[in-house]
Amino acid sequence: MENLQELLHGFTIAVTVPHLVLMVIGVLLGILVGVLPGLGAPNGVSLLLPLTFGMQPVSAIILLSSMYWGALFGGSVTSILFNIPGEPSSVATTFDGYPMARDGRPTTALATAFGSAAFGALVGVILITFLASWVAQVALAFGPPEYFAVYFLAFASFVGMGGAAPIKTVVALAIGFAIAAIGIDTVSGSVRLTMGIDELVKGVSFVVAVMGLFGIGELLVAVEEEFHARGVSSRIDWKEVFRAVVRLPRHGIALLRSAAIGCWMGITPGGPTAASFMSYGIARRFSRRGRHFGTGEVEGIISPETADHAAGTSALLPMLSLGIPGSATAAVMMGGLMIWGLNPGPMLFVDQKDFVWGLIASMYVGNIVAVALVLLTVPIFAALMRIPFVIIAPLIVIICVVGAYSVSNSYLDVVMMLGFGVIGYLFKKMFYPLAPLVLAIVIGDKAEDAFRQSMLMSKGSLGVFFANPLVTSLVLAGLTLLLLPLALQIAHVLRKPREKALAPGPEDRSQQKLRIT
Amino acid sequence: MDVTSRFLLPAAAILLAGTIPAGAAWQPQKPIEFVATAGPGGGTDNLARAVQNIITKYKLTDQPIVVVNKGGGSGAEGYVYGKASAADPHKVIFGTSNAWQQPLVSKVAFNYTDLTPIAAMAQDEFLLWVKQDAPYKTVSDYLKAAAANEFKMGGAQSKDTDEVLTRMMEKVGHIKLTYIPFKSGAEAAVQLAGGHIDSHVNNPSESLGQWRGGTQRPLCVFSPKRLSQGPKVTATEGWSDVPTCVEQGLDISQYEQPRTVWLPGKVTPEQTTFYVELMKKVRATPEWKDYIEKTSQVDTFLTGAEFDSYIKQDLEHIKQVAAEQGWLVK
Repeated sequence: MENLQELLHGFTIAVTVPHLVLMVIGVLLGILVGVLPGLGAPNGVSLLLPLTFGMQPVSAIILLSSMYWGALFGGSVTSILFNIPGEPSSVATTFDGYPMARDGRPTTALATAFGSAAFGALVGVILITFLASWVAQVALAFGPPEYFAVYFLAFASFVGMGGAAPIKTVVALAIGFAIAAIGIDTVSGSVRLTMGIDELVKGVSFVVAVMGLFGIGELLVAVEEEFHARGVSSRIDWKEVFRAVVRLPRHGIALLRSAAIGCWMGITPGGPTAASFMSYGIARRFSRRGRHFGTGEVEGIISPETADHAAGTSALLPMLSLGIPGSATAAVMMGGLMIWGLNPGPMLFVDQKDFVWGLIASMYVGNIVAVALVLLTVPIFAALMRIPFVIIAPLIVIICVVGAYSVSNSYLDVVMMLGFGVIGYLFKKMFYPLAPLVLAIVIGDKAEDAFRQSMLMSKGSLGVFFANPLVTSLVLAGLTLLLLPLALQIAHVLRKPREKALAPGPEDRSQQKLRIT
Repeated sequence: MDVTSRFLLPAAAILLAGTIPAGAAWQPQKPIEFVATAGPGGGTDNLARAVQNIITKYKLTDQPIVVVNKGGGSGAEGYVYGKASAADPHKVIFGTSNAWQQPLVSKVAFNYTDLTPIAAMAQDEFLLWVKQDAPYKTVSDYLKAAAANEFKMGGAQSKDTDEVLTRMMEKVGHIKLTYIPFKSGAEAAVQLAGGHIDSHVNNPSESLGQWRGGTQRPLCVFSPKRLSQGPKVTATEGWSDVPTCVEQGLDISQYEQPRTVWLPGKVTPEQTTFYVELMKKVRATPEWKDYIEKTSQVDTFLTGAEFDSYIKQDLEHIKQVAAEQGWLVK
């Protein structure tokens, strides 16, 4: 295998003392920017970029990609501990990670998340190693109709299920689409829904929305419920970290399925965010304990985390081979490639073998370094949960305010973030699901662009979504996922018409309340 | 970054303020903010960061420089920010011709008259690109094929430079094109490589990697003369081997994307002069030449009355195209 030989050569480049030191520095910095919401991987990487101009391209990309791994891991920490996702792709981790941490098991939640994330990343790198050229071809097959079909699949796998009433899910989705539409429309070039506020032309930043909806929203609920017991007495135990990681293989099917979804979405490139949502949605439907999702279920953490990292890793491949960045961070790194004098594109694999294979080898080593470092920090982070609510609550407010402001140095963002906090609170009180709202905010405008581009290409005919086997199978898969619950429900109602008439007991209701996130 | 810089930089500024000789021409008193009206990694962002690096390396000013990206709304976010910062000479806005084009076609809350023009530094060229294995080798083949079968033309954004050029091609070449707007030129390049569109009009740096990789090739350049000879891009060809569109019978002799630099409105003439001189010093460095060559741009520099008349001329032209297409907003 030619690739294997190249990879071994890559290892001789990546595994040198200066490069290992760079990896450790990169990962530590990455964890730091990942943990601080509002900073995040793209900002962290662009801050570090000027420092790399004097370096060898291989050393520079190793430093930056290690920072990326660190930030991906770090982003999960705040999602799990404080319900504040630092990156769009770690939103789905909050659904079960946060309830589990609040339950007094922050160590388990963090260790599970990191372990499965490392597995996802590993699968992603293996895919890159052996299928690089094939993968590049697959990505080229994706035009606007195919993109739309992928986004549709992501929506479909998440909608039409869960504890909330279907109509509430639809309402949440619709509000999300409306928020995503704010700003300049790519297809017509006109300004939409700015409501007379000039600055809104930039659109609503995802970070602003999510920090309000989750961070502040959760805080308001907690204050109302007088959550004094928030200082969770979590045991700080290395054995617990170890046990959580060892227990992972028991969820082999969930791991493999999520890694497959992640790789697929990373290549296509639907991106890590869509991947994590889709993986969570599908796990919830197919897992034996799917009914308990949202209450701190292990597989509810494994699924989004594995898919997120598998997608985040494999997203680097289209960047290198085609010059399309699969994520915001990849876009910044691509800018770096150009400044170092390299041109991302099909020739990189031919012209710059040392660079490409050094990078791929460093993904193996860098991820191992990252997961080792991050597992060491678990007890420290878990200890944060012991801090009483009266101290942690103002800290969360400060983090959210600073995070929202630093997105684009704008006070409007802070005001909007607080507004989203109120919306998050109202959603929770009225049992509206937040997940569809967030999903629509994140990929709603992309889905819309892809749909309208398709319509331009086909001159308004929907037939374009059934024009070739690829797009047809994607659309059919999406429709199946969307209609399956409905069909099952109809079948269920037809078979047992009497049971349906019974009112839900108090137990069901309390469960629904817990599951609403 | 923003938090620390907000804290530390003013402190540094206070220290440095004492070193400026009294009575000299205007000098910045605070850290300078470079506002790129594009996201990280794009052409405008690259320019802002290249200028920042050169100024810092040669210590052309005492004040530190921070680059901020405000690329929302196709760049409108950055211009609106510039308008809101009137009379603040410590904010420099980096953009393109959309500073005057965007207000024509979309209801954005700024106009280029709200800003103080500093200079147009460097011009990016446009080329007509087709898929590598497309049957047409010349522009006239392309036009013939496009006349028989409506082609799909991809580009970055809607009613922006790419679409304006597309509409000009329709008129001059007597063809009809379906324009599909994408988020960026890079996206359009990948769509062309996959065969989802028939052509696009990317800048050289947006499609350089794709040309080298053999997924697409340029048919002609929208420029009065051929591009300057750089290193070969593919095994046999370089930029200077690409014929001009006029040579090939498509009569659009000049179309380019100026990279523009602005101050907010209501600044003093001394402050404007300071930045014009600063940019002139930047241009004189070898790093600038290197940047121009790597990004395959043309090294032009327009300032003062020249820049003003350039804007007026371009504006008249865009107005005409926009009016024909029914794009104008009140």
